[in-house]
Amino acid sequence: MSKERLLNHLYALGRLLAVVLTTFLGLLLVTFLIGRVVPIDPVLAVVGDKASPEVYERARIAMGLHLPLWKQFFIYLQNVLSGNLGTSVLTARPVLEDILRVFPATIELAVTGTFLGVIIGVPLGVLSAVYRGSIIDHITRVIGLFGYSLPIFWLGLMGLMILYANLDLLPGPGRVDMFYEDIVTPVTGLMLVDSLLAKEYDIFKNALSHLILPASLLGYYSMAYLSRMTRSFMIEQLRQEYIITARVKGVAEWKVVWGHALGNCAIPLITVIALSFGGLLEGSVLTETVFAWPGLGLYLTNSLLNADMNSVLGSTIVVGAIFLSINLFSDFLYKVMDPRAR
Amino acid sequence: MTQIPLLTVENLNVTFPSPKGDVQAVRQVSFSMSNEKLGIVGESGSGKSVTGRSVLKLLPSYADVAADRMEFKGQDLRNRSEKEMRQIRGEEISMVMQDPKYSLNPVRTVGRQIDEAYCTHRKVSRKEAKERTLEMLDAVKIRNPKRVYNLYPHEVSGGMGQRIMIAMMLIPEPSLMIADEPTSALDVTVQMQVLAILDDLVTQRGMGLIFISHDLELVASFCDRVIIMYGGRVMEICEARNLKASSHPYTRGLLNCLPKINGSDEYLPILERDEAWHSDQFSVSDRSAQ
Ligand SMILES: Nc1ncnc2c1ncn2[C@@H]1O[C@H](COP(=O)(O)OP(=O)(O)OP(=O)(O)O)[C@@H](O)[C@H]1O
Ligand SMILES: [Mg+2]
Repeated sequence: MSKERLLNHLYALGRLLAVVLTTFLGLLLVTFLIGRVVPIDPVLAVVGDKASPEVYERARIAMGLHLPLWKQFFIYLQNVLSGNLGTSVLTARPVLEDILRVFPATIELAVTGTFLGVIIGVPLGVLSAVYRGSIIDHITRVIGLFGYSLPIFWLGLMGLMILYANLDLLPGPGRVDMFYEDIVTPVTGLMLVDSLLAKEYDIFKNALSHLILPASLLGYYSMAYLSRMTRSFMIEQLRQEYIITARVKGVAEWKVVWGHALGNCAIPLITVIALSFGGLLEGSVLTETVFAWPGLGLYLTNSLLNADMNSVLGSTIVVGAIFLSINLFSDFLYKVMDPRAR
Repeated sequence: MTQIPLLTVENLNVTFPSPKGDVQAVRQVSFSMSNEKLGIVGESGSGKSVTGRSVLKLLPSYADVAADRMEFKGQDLRNRSEKEMRQIRGEEISMVMQDPKYSLNPVRTVGRQIDEAYCTHRKVSRKEAKERTLEMLDAVKIRNPKRVYNLYPHEVSGGMGQRIMIAMMLIPEPSLMIADEPTSALDVTVQMQVLAILDDLVTQRGMGLIFISHDLELVASFCDRVIIMYGGRVMEICEARNLKASSHPYTRGLLNCLPKINGSDEYLPILERDEAWHSDQFSVSDRSAQ
């Protein structure tokens, strides 16, 4: 690599980091301001509403709330950047600790959902682009339309009602049966991985059966989106001249489609998959509530309902930071994979 | 010559349906060729590329292609299945695509793309394929083939792209090569070198070459015979050395439009087109001896 190219790379990287840092700072400013604007008195939340005015005043000063707003923001910044997101009123534990405990459950769900969405959605999109206007194209479109128009909580409740309540094919809400809870020691926090590590195969099977329904639902949404995007990327690629070139060489049609054309779609698809993964994290609030899935979404909902502001703002910051990292990561992959962007 | 011709096309018609009315890209085109250099010249849109692609049966599926005869080495191409065509493509008939900028896969190295052309028809190891590719790049006068092997299409110049394309299409040693403007992006010296390579393949190895070009002068001096096309029709087919003496009004028109180096500085005449050339009655004059 030439020196000039390296400099270009460093420059691009620096610019990207600058954008990310500014966005993150903006996010912190917004969460800080929300914390000051909501009609929940943070002092009362700590001292309780039976405290005397003196106690109240002392707590207010101890919390730094008498300082000018910009100084408060500065202190807030310092705290957040050193990992101190405050203490949850509800659980009486540091918010960061709470989040680290519940977050793996959300990741496990979103990763499985995205995985299902990719392995089904991408091939469906390819096939419907190749056989445009055929029956498979129409079926894919209809499946996709359902995916766009049905709200996930409705689908989730229907799924639970039919597969759990009526047919008893799948277990009910939660990550594992009550009976199995708190047996395996969390290592990664991912139930499937931890149970395997602990050689608790029954728990693994149980956790898998609990995961199937919510992950399939999320996978369905992801699939609806990915198949549509893949289809349009593929149609665009299949009419390029290099496709004819490959055919002139006598290359088998499956290699032309799945090698040449899909290879050129891989780059934009990465961004789309990352977006869809972010969307599933965002959608976790609804899914986790329906399935009583003890992840970040459920934690956020509970904190909101209990006016636990530190937890709410802390979760928001974490979700925002993850969104930013996903974008950063997909940009990075894009640069690595596209020879024209290198 | 009484042997079977390499390629015979009789009354080829290609129509592209479109909402604004059908486009008749190729009409009643007939020609026959042996192991020679056959030039096709004509203005932009006269149907040169479409004629070439019909031989490989690589027009989009919505195109309406019909011919009374289309024979390659005596075998009828019209009823060949896709699978049978794949045996022929690359291995027997190959085509240098018109614009290397769009005709190479942007996310694969050129080396890998040339390897693929070879491996599709030969059972060889990766290493052998790479060696053959490097030889081929050298044969089309690319300096430093090892470096070029690992480049991506956007990293090579237009002229280099065309030579890469030629290398890719020559590597399985086809018996008929359709070259769609293979030298138009090359400077004169490289153009001469590439023409020499093609000429060699025809005279030494007995390959047939269809050489599509805009350049009347070039075709007249390089090819054995020339097909002049206009509006999807063959205007005339003649021996290249007799081209300058053609009496066909369209060919005369084209010839008169060529600037002469030591000619007078009069304005070049505007090409005259006769409506009658579009009609079926206007017969193709094949003055070339077959
Ligand atoms: N895939 C296609 N769909 C519809 N029309 C087409 C298609 N390909 C070619 N045509 C039309 O067929 C006609 C002949 O095109 P062709 O590409 O053969 O011209 P050409 O002689 O090769 O011109 P050029 O010198 O510019 O390459 C043109 O009118 C063109 O618009
Ligand atoms: Mg053309």
